[in-house]
Formats: sequence, structure tokens, C-alpha cells
Amino acid sequence: MPDIRRTVDAVWRIEGGRIVATLAKMTGDVGLAEDLAQEALVDALTQWPESGVPQNAGAWLTAVAKRKAIDGWRRRERLDERYRAIAHQLDETGEDEWQPIDDDLLRLVFIACHPVLSREAQLALTLRIVGGLSTDEIARMLLVPVATAQQRIVRAKKTLSAAKIPFEAPDPQEWRERLGAVLGVIYLIFTEGYAATSGDRWVRSELANEALRLGRVLAGLLPREPEVHGLVALMELQASRFAARVARDGTPILLADQNRSLWDRAQIERGRAALRAADAVGRGRAAYGLQAAIAECHATASSVEETDWQRIVLLYEALGRLAPSPVVDLNRAVAVSMATGPANALLIVDRLDSEGALRGSYLLPSVRGELLAQLGRVEEARSELLTAAGLTANARESAVLRAKADKL
Amino acid sequence: MRYMLIMHDTDAAIAASKEVDFEEIINAMGAYNESMMKAGVFLSAEGLTDATEGFVVDFSAERPIVTDGPYGETHELFNGFWILEVSSKEEAIEWASRAPLGPGSTLEVRRIHGDEAFAEYADNEYVKKGAALREEAARVQHK
Repeated sequence: MPDIRRTVDAVWRIEGGRIVATLAKMTGDVGLAEDLAQEALVDALTQWPESGVPQNAGAWLTAVAKRKAIDGWRRRERLDERYRAIAHQLDETGEDEWQPIDDDLLRLVFIACHPVLSREAQLALTLRIVGGLSTDEIARMLLVPVATAQQRIVRAKKTLSAAKIPFEAPDPQEWRERLGAVLGVIYLIFTEGYAATSGDRWVRSELANEALRLGRVLAGLLPREPEVHGLVALMELQASRFAARVARDGTPILLADQNRSLWDRAQIERGRAALRAADAVGRGRAAYGLQAAIAECHATASSVEETDWQRIVLLYEALGRLAPSPVVDLNRAVAVSMATGPANALLIVDRLDSEGALRGSYLLPSVRGELLAQLGRVEEARSELLTAAGLTANARESAVLRAKADKL
Repeated sequence: MRYMLIMHDTDAAIAASKEVDFEEIINAMGAYNESMMKAGVFLSAEGLTDATEGFVVDFSAERPIVTDGPYGETHELFNGFWILEVSSKEEAIEWASRAPLGPGSTLEVRRIHGDEAFAEYADNEYVKKGAALREEAARVQHK
């Protein structure tokens, strides 16, 4: 028999987003909706061991939460006429109202990523109310104490309530920008799992998997938005390398040294299918689609030598025009070094260096060190690699860079 | 973690399903699959054709014996599967419990090995070759 706590968690994961969406639509307050849903979960924990898990657990939880909302308002109805009106109106609508439509879930995604919230709050709230994760899980995933995660969520909900954020999708003119923020949050969750920015774990695959799941949910909700598919493609293709990215002792393994037979072929195919879905919309590829195309080049090559580096250079150029960033230039430099040699690549890196780009990041010195090593400028290379090792906060990454410097 | 939901039917279940309008079955299965896709857990699913189109290879003898059957009892066979990616065994149980199946049908739910299964054999010649083979298979598939 499954443990009831874990069963409730599983139901919440599957239905949580929709339950909160339905309640938010009823109450017009996402924060309140989330609190009500949580209270209903507590009831489930005490009642389901006796009564068994109801046939339609989502409807059960929604009904209980709704009842709690009405009770709360009844208690306060003398204080506020408005509450009485809402309570009355809610009581009128039948129990069979449980027919959540996708639009509600979509609104919830947009609200969790509302610009009134900080990036950190958007992240925590998305994991909580769209992903259905518990505070403990969120804390574990984001590597923060439980109290901090709790605080972020509570504060985010309060901010939303205080700002009186209506439960509605953004205006058409805000749509693109907001979708960009939504995709950004999902990708941020993914990259936190893909390469932990701190701590000593290189890959936290559960966080990446959660982002992938959210991405797939979003693609189901917005099938006509190419970048949603592009992001899913990118995440699938990158995640396909997880098994090959870390040695058994936890040391990271770089692309060139990865055992490609460990790449997940089924996942690569899913990624390529998502990229085709993006192309099928017919509006071209944007930043995520282009990055996915680069990942596809790697995924379909049987070795580093067999990789179509020329194409990757072109894709990075396109990406650089669309979303200029020194990181993109740095990646382009790496591709250039593979396509036409380290000397050309060093020109790009040196230009970035002279512009003061990426100052304080380990990325630039690590690439520069790599290129200098290839050009036989050993002393300079070693110094750059050690500089890089000193700059990264990830212990594993630092060790790899030091080992590289030692080998020169 | 990935789980495979393996569908088994008894003769009674198959007979019962023939009473139901096929379009109804398609719709129920479609809605089930769609709900899993929308939840982001659906990876793949396939139905299998009648067992009479298949064959059996028996390894009891010195040389494998290939026969057109017998296939054993119907309930020992499976006729379709789903592959899901979920976060817990309980989540797999929840999804499996929602399959639109009736009396006589059972779902065998198994966890799929992750890539960790081969991690220790990264230097094995055939593990290495496997990459090239799968690569080629993927290329052919997408021509």
C-alpha cells in the first residue's frame, strides 16, 4: 500500500495547479487560493486514511477548499458586505463545477511569473503553485533553508494580494514580454539543475526534470508559440547528456570527454521532435530554438571531430544578433576554435577581455586558458586556468580547472 | 524516474471491449493520454497488434526454437504500454489508476532502468559501439 502522505503529494503534483487555478478564479486572489488548497490538503491527510482516496481527488480537494472559503467569508460577512455577496454567489454554483479549463492554469503560470515579483519569488512560486512542489522540496532544490523558501512563498503571495493582481491573462501587448519571463523562469529552474551555481553537486537532475515537466505543460497550453517548443527542445537535448556529465565520484565530465553512448537517445529524439514542432508553427526560431539547434548539432554527432562546428558557429552568430551577450560570444569563440583553430577564437576572446566583459566570471579565463594551451603558450594558459579555478563557486568545477592547469 | 505501464487483458476483458463502441475507447484513451501530456509526464505509448501476428522464441533447447505460438494465456500477454516520467512511485500509481480500463484488465507497472545501468561499463567495446549504432538508427529514422 502506498503511504498516504506520498499519495497526497502525488495527487497534489498532478492536480495542484488546476485546483489553485480554479480557486483563484472563484476568489480572485491567488495567494488566498493557495492557502485554501493547502488547508484542504491537511484535511485530505487526516481523512483519506479512513475514507480512502476519493475517485476524483482533484474535485474533492477543490470542494473542501471552496467550503473553507465560504465558511471564512460567512464568519466575516457582517464586517463586509462584499464578502457576503461573494460567499452567496459561490454557494450558488454547484459542486459539479469542477471542470478546470486550460486557460485557468495558463493564467496561473503568468501570475506566478508576474513582474511585480522578484525573480527569486517567481521561481519559488512557479515551483509551488504550478509545479505542485512542497516547501521542503523547493528548499532542497534551490539549496536554501526551508524557512527561506517558506518566507519567499509567503511574501510572494502577500505581494500578489497587496498588488491586487487580477486573475487574468496579461493584455495582448504585455503577452510576449510576460511569456518571455515565464520561459525565463522555467529555464532558470532547469539551469539550476543542469549546472548548480553553488554547492558541490554538479547535476541536480530532479530540478531539471521539474523544469522539463513545466515546459511540457506550457507547450501543451500554448502549442502555437514556437519558443515554448524551442525551450522544451533545448531542455530535452541538454538533459539527454545528464548520465554522461558526471563521473561516479561526482567529477564533471566535459563534452569532449563524455561517453556518448550514455546520452539518452529517446530524450534526444523528443528534443528533436520538439524542435520540429517549433518549426511547424512557421515563425522561425528565436533564442531558445537556436540554442536547441546548437544542442541538436552536438546530440547528433558521433564525436567531437564529427560535429558540424561550422553550423554551430553560424547558429551562435544568429543567436548573437538576436540576443547579444558576452556568453554567446564566448561560446561562439569555442565553436570557432573547433571549426577554424584556436588563433581565430583567441581574437574573439581577447576582444571580450579588452571590453571588460564577463569580469569576475570564471568562464572567460577558462576558455582563454584552454585556447592558449592549444597554441602552446603554456605559462599564460596555466595562469588563466588557475584564475578561473579561483573564480568559480562550484567546488567540482574548480577541481577540474586546477587539474587541467596541473597537466600542462 | 521513468515507469512503464504494461497493459494486460483477459479474454473476458477483450470480449467486453468489443461490446463498446470503438470510438468511445479511442476518445477515453485519447483523453487519458492528453491529460498525461498536459501534466508533462507522458513520454510515449504504443498499442500492440494481436498476438497472432507475433511469434515466440524459446531458449530452452540448445538452439532457440521459433514458433508461431502458443502464446500462453491471454492474461500472460500484453497488448500496449505507456512510458511516463514522474517524480515518485506514488505519482506513477496515481496515473496508472486513472487509465480508462475495465474489469479483467490489469496494468503491470515497472520502473525503467536509468542510464546508470551502463555507467560502470563505459569502456566496454559494445557500449561504445552502441552509440554509433543508435546514432545511425536515429539518422535513418529521420530521413
